[in-house]
Amino acid sequence: MNLQPLFAPKSLAVCGVSLANDNHPANVIYNKNLLRFPIDVYPVNPKGGTIRGEKVYTAIDQIDKPVDMAVIAVRAEHVPEILRQCIRKKVRGAVVISGGFAEAGRQDLQDQLVEIATRADFPFIGPNCLGIYAPSQVDTFFLPSERMVYPGKGKVAIISQSGGILVDLLVKFAGEGIGLSLAVSIGNKALVKEEQFLQFLANDPTTSVIAFYIEGFGQNEGRRFVDAARKCKKPVIVMKAGKTHGGKRAVSSHTASLAGDYKVLSDIFAQYGIVEAKNEQELLSFCESLSSYPDSSARKIGIITGSGGHGAMAVDACLSHGLEVPLLPDAEQKSLQDSLSPSIRSIAATGNPIDLTGSAVEDDFAIATSALLDSSEVDCVLVLLLPYLPGISSDLSARISQIAQKTDKPLIAYVPHVERYRMLIEGFEFNKVPVSPSIEGAVLMVDALHRRSSC
Amino acid sequence: MLSKIREMLSVSAMEYGWVMEPDAKNILQLAGIDVPVSCWAKTTEEALAFAAKQGYPLAMKVVSPQVLHKSDVGGVIIGINTKESLLAGFEKMTRLNGFAGVLIEEMFQGIELIAGAKIDFQFGPVVMLGIGGVSVEIYQDTVIRMAPVDSKDVESMVEHLKAHSLLKGFRGAKPINMAALTNLMTTFSQLVTDLSADIESIDLNPVICNEERCVAADARIILPSAGN
Repeated sequence: MNLQPLFAPKSLAVCGVSLANDNHPANVIYNKNLLRFPIDVYPVNPKGGTIRGEKVYTAIDQIDKPVDMAVIAVRAEHVPEILRQCIRKKVRGAVVISGGFAEAGRQDLQDQLVEIATRADFPFIGPNCLGIYAPSQVDTFFLPSERMVYPGKGKVAIISQSGGILVDLLVKFAGEGIGLSLAVSIGNKALVKEEQFLQFLANDPTTSVIAFYIEGFGQNEGRRFVDAARKCKKPVIVMKAGKTHGGKRAVSSHTASLAGDYKVLSDIFAQYGIVEAKNEQELLSFCESLSSYPDSSARKIGIITGSGGHGAMAVDACLSHGLEVPLLPDAEQKSLQDSLSPSIRSIAATGNPIDLTGSAVEDDFAIATSALLDSSEVDCVLVLLLPYLPGISSDLSARISQIAQKTDKPLIAYVPHVERYRMLIEGFEFNKVPVSPSIEGAVLMVDALHRRSSC
Repeated sequence: MLSKIREMLSVSAMEYGWVMEPDAKNILQLAGIDVPVSCWAKTTEEALAFAAKQGYPLAMKVVSPQVLHKSDVGGVIIGINTKESLLAGFEKMTRLNGFAGVLIEEMFQGIELIAGAKIDFQFGPVVMLGIGGVSVEIYQDTVIRMAPVDSKDVESMVEHLKAHSLLKGFRGAKPINMAALTNLMTTFSQLVTDLSADIESIDLNPVICNEERCVAADARIILPSAGN
C-alpha cells in the first residue's frame, strides 16, 4: 500500500463541504488548502452550487481532472459509498475525518471501510481523525489556520492516535523550535496503523526522527510495530498513554501478575532501543535532541557551568538517569586551568563539572568547551549558559556551537527561555544544538542519546 | 517433540483442567530444560526405592489435581535427610485432598530466580527473568523481553536486574553458570514461542542457579481458559 500520495498530493477533493455553514469541518479544510497550499482543491457536495465563487461538484467523479487525494467529512453511513466513488475515480488515497465508527459502537461500518479499501489496495487514514499536516504540502486539520501554531519545517514526524494531543504538540514544537516533517492524526487507525507509518517514514528522506503518541495496540500489533522499529535505522520515540485493549487479564500465575501490560511494553521498547517518553516534556526533549544527533551516543557527560548550583543540579539529574559525570584527569585539569583567563584561574573548578564562576568571560566558555570535546573521558558536553553573567554576550551560543560542530561529539545546552535571551537561544537552535529551558530538560536530551545507543 | 508436548497438554486439560507438576516437568525436560532428578511415587515402596538410588537430601511435593498452590496446604517438604522423615512426610501427604502420590526430587542449593512466559495480547509470546522464590511479588525485580530471545538478550536481561550482582558472585560466592542460564532461557523462550497457541502462561519458580547448573525446581503451566 503506497502512502506517498497522501503526503504530497497535487490535487485534493473535499467531500462534504456545506453550502450553508462556513465553519463546517469540510469548509475549513477546503478554505485553508485553497488559500495556503500549492494544490488544486475541489469542493464536493451532492447539492452542487458554488462556494467562494468556485463550482461545487455533485460527486467526485464529476471532477474532470485527476484527483490525488480525498478528504471525507460526511455522515458515517455515507462514507462507504464515497470511498467506492474515490476508488472508481482512481483517487490515490483518502483521509476519513468523520466519526461514528468503532468509537461509537459501529465496528461493522468501520470493517466495511477496511474491506472496501483492502480489496482496492486503497490507503485511507482514520476514521475519526484530523488527518495530515505536511508542511507546505497539505493540511486536513479542520482547525482554522489563524488558530493553529505551526512549527517550522524540519526532520521530526509525529504520528498520533489523538488529534488533540497532536495539535498541542505542534504548538510546543513551535515553542521549542523543533522542526516538523509530517504530522498525522490516525484516529481509529482502521486500516493504516503505526506499523505502516513506521515502514513509510523509515524510507522518507525528509524525516530523521519518528515520534508516536500511542494509546493502545490491537492483538499482536505491538509485536509488528516493534519488528518494524527494529528494521528502522532512525530513532523511534513513543509516548504511551491509556489502557490497552488487553482483553481478559490472567492473574493465575506470577508471570501474568508481574508482567502487566505497561511493564511488558516498556521493557520490550527498551530491549530494541525504542525511546519511551513518559510525558510531554520527555517527548519534546527527545525529539529535539535526536533530530540533531540521530546517531550519537552519550554516557560520559562533561558539564560546563557559570554557577556551582547549576552544576550540582545537572550532576544529580545525570546520575539519576544512569549517566556518568567522570572526573577529568589531573593533566587535563591543569592544562585547562592554565588556559583560562587569569581572573578566574584560581577560583574556577576544573574537575567536572567545570565551574567557570560568574566572573568568566566568553573565551573561558570557548576554551572549556574545546577542552571537554577533546577529552577522551567525555562523549557528550552539556553547557549551562547563564545569560545574565556580565562577561558574556549573545554571540557566545553560536560560537561554542561552531566549536562543537568541528567534532563528532554532541553538545547540548541550557538557557533560560525568556524573550530577552532570544538571540542566545537561536544561536544554538540555528546551529542545530539542542537547547532546553530547564536543566532537567537538557539532561533528558542527553538521556535520549544514551537510551538510543545503549540497547 | 512438539506434537508429543501438545498431546500431553491436551490430556492434562481434559483430565484436570491444568497441568500437574510431574507432567509440567516432563514437558520441560522433553524441550531440553534442566529439571531435578525425580520420581512420582504413589507408594512408600516406590519412594524408598528412589531414595535408595538417589540419596538424601530430598524434596517432596504432593501431586493432586485438587492442589494448585502446594505450599499453601503443607504440600511441600524440603530437606528430607532420613528414611524416617521420608515415610512421615509421605504419610502426611496422603491426607491432602485428591492425593495422587508425591513427587520426590533431588535438592539444590543456589540463587532462586523466576523464569516466566506469557502470551501477551499486544506483543505475543514474551519471557520474563527475575529474582524468584516466594518473595518475587515483593521485590518485583524482573525484566521482560519478546520471545524468542538469543544469548545477547539473556545477557541484557541479567544486566537489567537490580540484583544482577547477586548472580555474578556477590561477597565471595561463586558466580552462577551463565551458559546454563542462557541455555535455559533461550530453550524456554523457543518452547513458549512454539506453544503460543496452546498455553496462557508458564512460571518456572524457582529456577535454582549455582556455579554448575540452572534447574527448574518448580513449574506451573496455565492453559488458555475457555473463551479466551
